Amino acid sequence: MTINKNSEGSKLTVAVEGRLDTTTAPQLEEEFKNSLEGVEDLVLDFSKLDYISSAGLRVLLSAQKQMNKVGKMTLTGVSPEIMEIFEVTGFSDILTFA
Amino acid sequence: MKEITLEADVKNIPVVTDFVNEVLEEAECPIKVQMQIDVILDEVFANIALYAYGESGGDATVCVDVSDEPKVISITFKDKGMPFDPLSREDPDVTLSVEDRKIGGLGIFMVKKMMDEVVYRYEDGMNVLTVRKKM
Repeated sequence: MTINKNSEGSKLTVAVEGRLDTTTAPQLEEEFKNSLEGVEDLVLDFSKLDYISSAGLRVLLSAQKQMNKVGKMTLTGVSPEIMEIFEVTGFSDILTFA
Repeated sequence: MKEITLEADVKNIPVVTDFVNEVLEEAECPIKVQMQIDVILDEVFANIALYAYGESGGDATVCVDVSDEPKVISITFKDKGMPFDPLSREDPDVTLSVEDRKIGGLGIFMVKKMMDEVVYRYEDGMNVLTVRKKM
């Protein structure tokens, strides 16, 4: 998994590339821990994400909870295959897609 | 049928994934099914790695088979850890709000939702979990 960040003021775009699973999810969790301070508009670019498992969903849920308090979190570039995972798990109802 | 036996450790998830993907690619598996298989590999293997053996550790075996007409992929996971039927867990409530949402049990729930068939048995001192998916 590769993480690319782009920060503009209080907006942070995080592009996640590859597999977001048990072995890589802690990396993203760590990234959020370190870079979300002062961020009000978090954009997750999933256009190059291969797949996401429950370990990745856990990190998204915790980021969503955190962003709900201070601003918003939006997902972009979600493929139909990954959207199906969000739908099956009910995450499509709690996440925001652009 | 192809099979791989390796230490039940999360660091081996990519190894298992690559091993299964090679079989899937040979069988010309559609991308969508392949992605679903990759997800369930992570869920099931991580469960074995994290919970089956406790501190002591142990091995896990993954067998892959693709049948013809209809093309069905079967993956069997075996471990000699504590007897545990993942299907006995209650499904999580996926309609709760962000604040109330729990993540426990979501992995096996995804496996059940994305595969056509999931069967568990305890046999010869082993947990044997088989998933099947039509290509």
